[in-house]
Amino acid sequence: MNEFKLKLLSKTGNESFARSCVSAFCLELNPTLEEINDVKTAVSEAVTNCIVHAYNSQEGKYIDLSVRIENGKVEIIIEDEGCGIDDVEKAIQPFYTTKPDQERSGMGFTLIKTFMDKVDIISQKDKGTKVIMQKEFKKE
Amino acid sequence: MRLELTNNANCAVAKLDGELDEGCVKEVREKIDKFIAGNHFGQFIFDFSGVSFMDSTGIGMLLGRYKNLKQLGVPIYISNARGHVDFILSTAGIYTIMRKIS
Repeated sequence: MNEFKLKLLSKTGNESFARSCVSAFCLELNPTLEEINDVKTAVSEAVTNCIVHAYNSQEGKYIDLSVRIENGKVEIIIEDEGCGIDDVEKAIQPFYTTKPDQERSGMGFTLIKTFMDKVDIISQKDKGTKVIMQKEFKKE
Repeated sequence: MRLELTNNANCAVAKLDGELDEGCVKEVREKIDKFIAGNHFGQFIFDFSGVSFMDSTGIGMLLGRYKNLKQLGVPIYISNARGHVDFILSTAGIYTIMRKIS
């Protein structure tokens, strides 16, 4: 078992740092390039959601990342204390976005679900959102 | 992310290099829109050969340019998207509105 935790400012540009950290941490599981890219994309989407949606691009807020590796599986938890999601079922629909004026594609959760094995979204209005995702790396 | 915009023989090319995400998308969008406003061309190509990473932020950027260029009657093509980037473009249905070329 191995684990790391990271507290990150809700700053544009930190998506790149977050996905690099998580993917580097997963290297001990000998993932394929494709699996690493899957994890990178899912982390990038979830952290971007925190910055753009949860905190409405307001800097100075924090995003918590917790990554745990066990039995060839990675569990990534990305949590914010932002505005929360009104309707999670709606939010995960492809092309649904609350910010069409900002050219948001509405594909974030769709890609997370495509690339990870299991995704849970727990959200409370004005309290925050927690995205828990898991992926198992295939053995050669 | 590096962006190079050229216009040759009625064909505009936006060559993107690096990682396309929230951190750079605003600048990419603004540069492309300024270029579109100041140039005349009959087709627009996004050269993705140098894009090593892209998330849904890139999809939003492409859809926005599609809307603008459609009004001008200019078709968009996407060239040389690699593995993961190609998969995301295809999952989001981008290839149904922008033809894939190599």
